[in-house]
Amino acid sequence: MELKDKLISSFFAFEEQVDVNSEVHNIRSEAMKNFEVSGFPSRKDEDWKYTSLKSILKEDYSIFPKKEDAIEYKDVKKYFIHDIDAYTVVFIDGIYSSHLSQTTHDKIDACLMSSALTKDKYKPVIEKYFNKIAPKNSLNSLNTAFSREGAFINIPKNTVADKPIQILNFSTGNESALMLQPRNLVVVGENAHVQIIERHQSLTDNAVLTNAVTEIYADKRAMVDYYKIQNDHANASLIDNTYVEQQGESNCSVHTFSFGGKLTRNNLQFFQKGEHIDSTMKGVTIIEDKQHVDHNTLVHHIEPNCESHQDYKGIYDDKSVGVFNGKVLVEKEAQKTNAFQSNNNILVSDKATINSKPQLEIFADDVACSHGCTIGQLDEDAMFYLKSRGIPAKEARALLMYAFANNVLSSVKIPELQKRVNKLIANKLNVSLGFDL
Amino acid sequence: MLKIKNLHASVEDKEILKGINLEINAGEVHAIMGPNGSGKSTLASVIAGKEEYEQTEGEIIFENEEISELEADERAHKGLFLSFQYPVEIPGVSVTNFMKTAINETRKAQGLEDMPAKDMLKKIREKSELLDMDRKFLSRSLNEGFSGGEKKRNEIFQMAMLEPKLSILDETDSGLDIDALKIVSNGVNKLRTKDNAVLVITHYQRLLDYIVPDYVHVLLNGKIVKSGGKELAYKLEEQGYDWIKEEMKAL
Repeated sequence: MELKDKLISSFFAFEEQVDVNSEVHNIRSEAMKNFEVSGFPSRKDEDWKYTSLKSILKEDYSIFPKKEDAIEYKDVKKYFIHDIDAYTVVFIDGIYSSHLSQTTHDKIDACLMSSALTKDKYKPVIEKYFNKIAPKNSLNSLNTAFSREGAFINIPKNTVADKPIQILNFSTGNESALMLQPRNLVVVGENAHVQIIERHQSLTDNAVLTNAVTEIYADKRAMVDYYKIQNDHANASLIDNTYVEQQGESNCSVHTFSFGGKLTRNNLQFFQKGEHIDSTMKGVTIIEDKQHVDHNTLVHHIEPNCESHQDYKGIYDDKSVGVFNGKVLVEKEAQKTNAFQSNNNILVSDKATINSKPQLEIFADDVACSHGCTIGQLDEDAMFYLKSRGIPAKEARALLMYAFANNVLSSVKIPELQKRVNKLIANKLNVSLGFDL
Repeated sequence: MLKIKNLHASVEDKEILKGINLEINAGEVHAIMGPNGSGKSTLASVIAGKEEYEQTEGEIIFENEEISELEADERAHKGLFLSFQYPVEIPGVSVTNFMKTAINETRKAQGLEDMPAKDMLKKIREKSELLDMDRKFLSRSLNEGFSGGEKKRNEIFQMAMLEPKLSILDETDSGLDIDALKIVSNGVNKLRTKDNAVLVITHYQRLLDYIVPDYVHVLLNGKIVKSGGKELAYKLEEQGYDWIKEEMKAL
């Protein structure tokens, strides 16, 4: 059976077993209809021109894991940023793991989507924000239809989350192939602040396909920093769909660190619905073998006096493929927009590919928009400088690549996370660095 | 220590060095002076092993070994050091991490273990004090946003850390004010021993007041046309290079 058909038939079984209020049920059914009509995107879609899902859709995925599985903290400790005090929401094969998690309802909610979708006290928030920010395209609809679990984060007005929140999605490999559809909702009230770290991690080489949707709502003057670590096994694929709606004077950033996985597609969109908004998207991609990472971004400048910053860097080795498709849309009303976009790439091997496609659509006349894209090798003068200090070519190259990627890290606001990603980059490039003076 | 015989070198098929002969012994300081475009920096780069420069003829013998075929890093491992006229900015790599990598790669090439972190720290502390460097400086990205003086001081700091046998200082005085010049020269002088040597490449005599050469060579149009003692540097400062050109025409 084709995956699409399997999903459709599974949906009816799924709807019967979940007990939800009728409003969410209607949203799910509607979403399923939508997916039925549109199906999975193909390369005929302009936005999927350089990324084909064909090979990953061939697997015979289980739609629901057959049994719940417990894993020991010691086995997965390395995937936590354990040197910081944080709230954690952990899922194993899509099911909440209470023993690995530390949720809270004290001042803020860092808890479960399943309770948010079913409990009366969250009904107003769900009605207002759930499925309101994500566009109704086929993959989002598919996720919505199966949305049951994920992280629910609700930071009330004038509240600063006292520690970062980690969302970890583990897959155990108990199923030979598993499809996951986590759904997160983050609602950050006026003047509220939160920092979130998210990671998808498979624990074996078995195939996993994750189609995740995260909706983030930032009210006036809210500050949200979201960090995504993507460093998965060679048979794990991730389609990450993240949508951020911002109100006036809010400041949101999403950092995406893509270091591995079979196929990774990041759909990241910002909608600016007020003035004096700041939106930041940064990414570092370092991949090899036949890995494929696709960043598809959109900033929709709707109101005047807003800023957006995009800075994506990529290092591609072997036969890896990178895609950057960054769209900046400036509406007629959005005067005094400052929009910056840069995408710099290094191809380490002559068999690696990068498709970089900046798209600027500007309908306002008083704006400052810039974009730049470079694809290149390493600077020869810098290579000579390092070699003249006794650093051999291979190490010099690694060090320069490290330097190239590493300067995106300066905007990571959690020092321990900065250190961790720094280490991941150094390991990835085989550079031994880092003792602090 | 260094013997250069009939060295010819080209960049993109343009011959820059046209038969250089030079011999430097341990314990000596040599200066090469010459006007812009005479080939001074090319000579420094060719000795250090920059790939863009093609050595078309001649020999470079360092410590009794012909090094023309060696990579820049291999030459560094044998004890050659080049202080750059324009040090390259490398954002994202701290001075300390850079030094750690350079020292340990050199040790690896010499069959030694990594330097223990404690020793490394001690050495960094000592050498940074020698050059009157702020500790904060060491955690900054290599050369990024450094002033001209800071870049040069950082070059000499690297020299102090790597303890080369032969140091080539390419226009180390350019961009330095008098105080920085004194600190840098003082650093170079303190690092001198009877076993190492310095080759100073400079446009002006000014630096040679502080790093006093035993020999001065004049490079003109890719050739060393005159050699002498330090008094030659004064004469060049006063009279420029025209009298040498005249002398050459007369020959």
